[in-house]
Amino acid sequence: MDQKESWVTMKILCVCGLGQGTSLILRMNVETALREMGITADVDNTDVSSASSLNPDIIITSNELAQSLKGTPSKVIIVNNYFDMDEIRSALKENL
Amino acid sequence: MKFLERDIVALNVEVSTPEEAIQKAGHLLSDKGYVTQSYIDAMIRSFQKNGPYFVIAPNIAIPHARPEDGVKEASVSLIQLKEPVSFGSTGNDPVKLVFALGASNSDEHLNVLKMLMKVLGNAENTEKLKLAKNYEEIKSLLN
Repeated sequence: MDQKESWVTMKILCVCGLGQGTSLILRMNVETALREMGITADVDNTDVSSASSLNPDIIITSNELAQSLKGTPSKVIIVNNYFDMDEIRSALKENL
Repeated sequence: MKFLERDIVALNVEVSTPEEAIQKAGHLLSDKGYVTQSYIDAMIRSFQKNGPYFVIAPNIAIPHARPEDGVKEASVSLIQLKEPVSFGSTGNDPVKLVFALGASNSDEHLNVLKMLMKVLGNAENTEKLKLAKNYEEIKSLLN
């Protein structure tokens, strides 16, 4: 791997149906979890139809929307309870 | 910004479908002029198109649409359902609390979401909201 590439910040997208409400809630909690874990990443939120084309390293979303993201080259992480910081932390730990 | 004020919270509400639940939670906002009827229609269309992804925690649904669908003011209403309703969410059904989110383009949108996260980030609060019998019990959780 090009050494430079390993320095590129990981890109994480939190995804919901419209990219307005629930993905923003998820994003704020994911940012908090990453900060606590000491991980630097570029976190953003968007709607499900534009998620794949933005080519993120990781997509975090609900089980329902994960089904419609099948086939995306990004790694998809499912979070069931967006308010459960323990679930978000362990989902991130398992997948990063 | 309007966040779970007395006149946009309704307890023990009877509904039989997710659409009806979204409709009733949305009407609390449209009755006060915070969103338009077209915004409520857009919330229901979003559910029909994208499914129950906005059921983002056990028993909790946060239906919303886009600001341009008709939001006048950043706002959150709540209906507590008398009988829980299935939205088709694999992990979080049945729904007992429906928070209709009037998503605005302003900074207030972020503030409204943060307030909601503060209340719902505490699982104990969620239980209290599900069991609340009057508005005072809800108000005590908001401070």
